[in-house]
Amino acid sequence: MQSFDLASQSLRDLNATLQAQAAQTNATQWEILNPRGAHAIAVGLDAPIEVTVRGSTGYYCAGMNKQAHVHITGSAGPGVAENMMSGTVIIDGDASQYAGATGRGGLLVIRGNASSRCGISMKGIDIVVEGNIGHMSAFMGQAGNLVVCGDAGDALGDSLYEARLFVRGSVKSLGADCIEKEMRPEHLEILRDLLARAAVDARPEEFRRYGSARKLYNFDIDNAAEY
Amino acid sequence: MTTHDKRIPQTAPIQSATFTNPINAEIRRAAATGIYDIRGGGAKRRVPHFDDLLFLGASISRYPLEGYREKCDTRVTLGTRFAKKPIELDIPVTIAGMSFGALSAQAKEALGRGASAAGTSTTTGDGGMTDEERGHSTKLVYQYLPSRYGMNPDDLRRADAIEIVVGQGAKPGGGGMLLGQKISDRVAEMRTLPKGIDQRSACRHPDWTGPDDLEIKILELREITGWQVPIYVKVGGTRPYYDTALAVKAGADVVVLDGMQGGTAATQDVFIEHVGLPTLACIRPAVRALQDMGMHREVQLVVSGGIRSGADVAKALALGADAVAIGTAALIALGDNDPKWEAEYQALGTTTGAYDDWHEGRDPAGITTQDPELAARLDPVEGGRRLRNYLKVMTLEAQTIARACGHNHLHNLEPEDLCALTMEAAAMAQVPLAGTDWYPGKPGTGY
Repeated sequence: MQSFDLASQSLRDLNATLQAQAAQTNATQWEILNPRGAHAIAVGLDAPIEVTVRGSTGYYCAGMNKQAHVHITGSAGPGVAENMMSGTVIIDGDASQYAGATGRGGLLVIRGNASSRCGISMKGIDIVVEGNIGHMSAFMGQAGNLVVCGDAGDALGDSLYEARLFVRGSVKSLGADCIEKEMRPEHLEILRDLLARAAVDARPEEFRRYGSARKLYNFDIDNAAEY
Repeated sequence: MTTHDKRIPQTAPIQSATFTNPINAEIRRAAATGIYDIRGGGAKRRVPHFDDLLFLGASISRYPLEGYREKCDTRVTLGTRFAKKPIELDIPVTIAGMSFGALSAQAKEALGRGASAAGTSTTTGDGGMTDEERGHSTKLVYQYLPSRYGMNPDDLRRADAIEIVVGQGAKPGGGGMLLGQKISDRVAEMRTLPKGIDQRSACRHPDWTGPDDLEIKILELREITGWQVPIYVKVGGTRPYYDTALAVKAGADVVVLDGMQGGTAATQDVFIEHVGLPTLACIRPAVRALQDMGMHREVQLVVSGGIRSGADVAKALALGADAVAIGTAALIALGDNDPKWEAEYQALGTTTGAYDDWHEGRDPAGITTQDPELAARLDPVEGGRRLRNYLKVMTLEAQTIARACGHNHLHNLEPEDLCALTMEAAAMAQVPLAGTDWYPGKPGTGY
């Protein structure tokens, strides 16, 4: 395993080194020591490497990730895995605001809780949160799946497009145009697959599904209060 | 005796200056439809503008440069602060961000062709980067918008600069809007949206708020792109002093400042006409912020919103801008609102020069549309040639003025070259009212 110590080496060198790993690299396993809440750790990666961050990160860890598997042993600051394209990001602790924001692909797993706006404007990413999520999560979510094993805060799925939301616990309130929907067999299958990939021990049948009512897709004066 | 008695003088019908016919028509339209008016373009109302300024030219105290003979440089470099590869332009006139989606693919290609031929940059918009515009733009600025439609690290790395859009002059504080008529299959796919919906972009970025966050966001984008390309921050003209200062503090290489005459693809008319500052009012406060921080010419200032001619370019630069950006004017150069489509404008209930229902996607000129038949009306090669010509003319005009003022580079134009025709323009531009040595707010005058 290659080791990179942010106590003595620079962020620029770290990202440049990780970004330079091609698909066929032999250095497939990396660990980052002493992250100490630094921002923009392991951003813009584009190779199927495994990166373990031993500690907690600041903003935007694993931002725009492609292919790489990033494991944060502590907690993650705002915007972890923002705009992720593919690969996997796993956080052992909690995640701050905007986890997985605008993500387009890949799998983000948060073992603890996620703060507000988890999955905001998600565009295809799959997010599995073992704990609870904060308010305004999946706001304007366009595509992908958000799985919450705990409870969801206020205004879940506000102005939702086509993202699918699965919540096992309570939902404090639904946002504009977000409604509970029937859990059909195909949804249970999607959920079963996501839980398995995230290594979460939960039964799909315990979840409820939420999605867009699609009433705000085209302007209607009778829905003006929702805009 | 009645008031209809023709033997006595009658009170003439008086139209209200408050409830004008256009105002009344809008009230009736709103009452009939229940929806606010949506349109494209920028503010149409009369506001103090570059027309209210004049150049003084050379005289005994200054001597001019010989037109056509003595050199007047027009080159500008953007992004010299942190980027390893700043953008070097032959002319200080760039093409502002306009999306594929708002514009046809042919129009985007024409903008790329024209800008490249003139030695300047063009800019993507709220919809991602297309291969056509990348291929036809030698220098392409990639916008980083709240919606993040089409955003991906590969396009980020093939851009020549990144422009973080905080706001735009037509709608500072508002998000993008693209109505269902223009959400074609390709546009829908690029934006990850269902076809045909009314797309309303967010007005704030999804993963940062405030200047301290912006600094970290800029760090992330630099780390992803290896600190290679400049990072611009674009703001709508509202609080230009503080917005410029905060953008610089956050680490911007370039500040793009868009006044209320700057266009949009579509938004509420009430937003366009009633929110934001005229372009003229934005420049001096922004320049003062840069000067106060010791960053004037270190962080470049690009001004947009109602730039139409070389005179406008010269005036913006004289007030302290490093470059300007054009949007609406570039579309007009391509053929937008051309009189040759008058019959079709009439059929749409409008007329040449007034057509602004760009959101409906029925543009007779084939520019602001996704209709394949209409879009085919614009030849991107011919459109590119027209834009190149127009950019060249603007540059020649600006050089003409600069030489007349005795300057061998457009950047040597200065406020002392200007006077104002109105009190308002004098106050906003902070140049003397014509024939005086005074402007409202001039330090030490007590007014």
